[in-house]
Parts: sequence; C-alpha cells; structure tokens
Amino acid sequence: MAPVTVGLSINIGEKRYPGHAGAKTVTALRDLQARIAPSEFCVITGPSGCGKTTLLNIIAGIDHDFAGALSFAPPDRGAPRIGYVFQSPRLLPWRTVRENVALVRPRHADRTELEGLLTDVGVADMADAYPAQLSGGMTRRVALARAFAIAPDLLLMDEPFLSLDAAAADRLRSLLLRLVSTRPATVLFVTHDLAEAVELADRILVLSPSPGRVVAEMPIVLPRDGRRDRDTLAALQDGLARLADHPIEPPNTAKIAFSRPNSPHRTHK
Amino acid sequence: MARFPAALGERVASLLVALAAWEAAARIAQSRLFPGPGSVLATLADEALHGELLHDLGATLARVAIAFTLAMAVGTVVGIAMARSRTIDTLLDSGVVLLLNLPALVIAVLLYIWLGLTEVAAIGAVTLSKLPTVVVTLREGARTLDRDLGDMAKSFHFGHWRTFRHVILPQLSPFFLVASRTGLALIWKIVLVVELLGRPDGIGYAIQVFFQLFDVRRLIAYALAFVAVMLAVEWGVLQPLERRLARWRR
Repeated sequence: MAPVTVGLSINIGEKRYPGHAGAKTVTALRDLQARIAPSEFCVITGPSGCGKTTLLNIIAGIDHDFAGALSFAPPDRGAPRIGYVFQSPRLLPWRTVRENVALVRPRHADRTELEGLLTDVGVADMADAYPAQLSGGMTRRVALARAFAIAPDLLLMDEPFLSLDAAAADRLRSLLLRLVSTRPATVLFVTHDLAEAVELADRILVLSPSPGRVVAEMPIVLPRDGRRDRDTLAALQDGLARLADHPIEPPNTAKIAFSRPNSPHRTHK
Repeated sequence: MARFPAALGERVASLLVALAAWEAAARIAQSRLFPGPGSVLATLADEALHGELLHDLGATLARVAIAFTLAMAVGTVVGIAMARSRTIDTLLDSGVVLLLNLPALVIAVLLYIWLGLTEVAAIGAVTLSKLPTVVVTLREGARTLDRDLGDMAKSFHFGHWRTFRHVILPQLSPFFLVASRTGLALIWKIVLVVELLGRPDGIGYAIQVFFQLFDVRRLIAYALAFVAVMLAVEWGVLQPLERRLARWRR
C-alpha cells in the first residue's frame, strides 16, 4: 500500500486564554492562516510566547477552545492519526520503554513491528528499562518512537530536541530525517533555533509576537547536505528577518546578501 | 535483597531486648497483675488451641477487612470526585471536615443508638471514622495529577480506561498507600472500642471481659495476638506492595 500522508489547512480566527482570578485575558493567536502540503516538512518559528505550542495543541485536539477551523486533506480520509512529540518527553515514568511505546497502539497490534521500531530509533537494548534510567537523548528517542508507533499521518513536534547537547541533538535530527524518509508523514516542527529550522525544513513559517499569526514564509530548496554552511545560514536568516520585519538573533556576524537558490526541486536525502 | 537477613537479625535482636526488659520488670514486680512473657506466651498458645482466641480474632479481622475496604473504596471515589469538580468539593467539604473532627467514640455511640447494637452499626462506625482521612488524602493526590501526562494521553487517544489504569492510578498509588497505612493503624484501634461498646465477640469484647475479671495475663495475650496479625499485614502485604509500586523509581 502506497503511503498517503495528509495535508492540513489551518484557519484560526482567535485563541484566547481566559484570565483567572483577576488575571487578564491573553490572546495567544489571531488570524492565523497556513496550509501544509501532504508530506511537507514545515518548520514553525517565532519569538517565545508567540503561541507555537498553543497552535500544536489545537491541531493535536488537546485544546478545543478556539475560534476557527482546521481541515485535513484529502477530506474523505477520516480522522488523521496525529503523533505528538512534546517539548519534554512526557513518558510514563512507571512504565518501561516498551510499554510506553506499546500503550499508544491498539491492544492487539503487531509486536514485531513494535520491536522493529524500537530497533530503528536505537532503544531496543533499553526496552525493559524505566525512563528514569535513561539519558536525556534516550528519552527523546523513546518519545520519537512513541509518535511513530501509531504510523502517524501528521507529526507534531514542539522543540523536541531542546536542552540536549549539540552532538545529541544532531544525531536525533538525522534520526528524524531517516525515520521520515522510511515512514512518510507530514511534519509540523516548532523550533526557535534557526540552524535547526534550516536543516530540517521544506518550508519555514515565521510567527509574529503574541498574538501569533504567520508573518513570513520561506521555502528552503537547498539540498539538505549544503544547509549547514555558516554563510548560507546567515544569508537565510537575514532574509527571514527582513521578511518577518523583526530581527532574529544572529548566530554569527557575517552579512551576506540574501539570494534565493533557483533550483525548484526539493531534495530529500 | 541482600540486606534482608541483616535487617531480620536487627529486628530479632531488638525484640529480644524488649522481652528481656519485660521479664526483668515482671520479676521485680512479683504481681499477678504484671505477668512475665513466659506465662503470657503460654496463655496465648493455650487460648489459641482451647479457648476463644481464634474466634474473637477472626471476628475482629473480618470487621477490619470490611470497614477498611469500604472506607478505601468510597473514600477514593469521593476524594477523586472532589478534586475534579469544584461543585462536589464545595458541597461535601463541610461534611468531611465535620467527620474528620468527630471522635470515633461519638460516631460509634450514635450509630448504636440509631441502628441498635448490630453488626451494621459497628462496621458503619469504623468505616465512617476512617472515611474522611481517605477522602482528604486522595483528594490531595488527585489535585496534583500531572496535566502534561493527561494531555499526552488525550493526544494519543488513550481513552478513559487506559488513561485511568496507566496515567492516573500510578500517580495516585503513593497517596493510596499512605491512606492504607494510616487507615489500617486507625481502624485497628477504633474497632476494639466499637466491639467493647456493643458486640458479643471480637478482641475488643474479650478485652472488656478480662478487664472486669482483672485477668491481665489473658488480656495481654489477646492484645499480643492482635498486634502480631497487624505486623504480619504490614510486613507481608503493605511493605511488599510499596516496593512493587516504587519499582520504577530511581
């Protein structure tokens, strides 16, 4: 069966958090529109507190209290399966690695498939350990395995590699790209690390400060191998900042005129 | 596990010290009203084999078991409900506080007056004395439930049963254990008072009879048998359960 992923069109009029006990009502999102194509790897970035997590929670169905609509394409497909990788791993500490991943699957789901997934993310040796016995990188791998365990149509990722050291985050990004290439899914990935955004994205959406809406978007059409170059990063960042009309913290001081690569092909490697 | 024999040794040693002190005190006192451990243990064996001890012990343990189960079950449900709903919390809070501060003796006397000297009144009194502490403990536990894990369960469509079994229950288990511990200790004590007031059998009833006869030997023998069972439950059931539930902690 050829894997078919879903597209998503987001149209949020307004999302407010009611103020409790004298606190003021906060508007987290306003007039946020975006379309995500099937199989697209879309990275969402923006200043902290601009509603990125709120947006993912709405898409995940955790938060229903908003004005607006989400529609998934193709429409005749039924409810999409959505895998969510949270900012902290959110594993059940009282369940083993294997149990944590198995719990999101139907009770009689194929066991060999599960073991294959645990092997693919590199936690098969730790399958009987409890999360507290694992390193930070390992718990992120388990969280990744859990999200892929439901064979997601749509994968939501909320700064999933935050607070890992650079080398570990790097390995996990490669792992993610490998997983997405063999188990296709549409990905919505939130980060405020521009280098990470550029490395992963087919397209970057930039949100405004709160209340968040999309203020800029930029397709990244470079082949993935060439994206880690300092000058390229600086140029992309400069361009994004100009598009978003607010500055993004620079990783270095090199200033290179922004130019858009002309190759129209997205390169997946 | 390797430490267990050492722990057992220490326990036996401390028990021997207590017995020796008791024996010494009894020899100094030289009184029928202060028997030594030897004669008490002999009485204990004799009562178990030929007397009413096992019958009384069984009756008391049955009351403890029923009251404990009822209080834990009802208390858990009410406690969780109060933590989840402001309305239920507001409606029931005064009742819980009242019950918490009402002496068990008063509850027992009132129930005996209203329901007669019946088994229902006895078990009801013990249950009601224990209930509010379970409610308060479990309410506290249910209030601290991790929202992040709840959201996780929701986003992965766990459903009610999986969420309860794998997300909520494990978070409540420490509170459940605390409630069991303190609850059992409380029930042991209350149940004797209730039996003494209005039951024709059980350890509490026996204690009252021995009190009237000034039969200290049998009084202590009965009390010891009761304490032994309590310790067996603590070491044989509660502590292993606690270790099992805490397996995942590091």
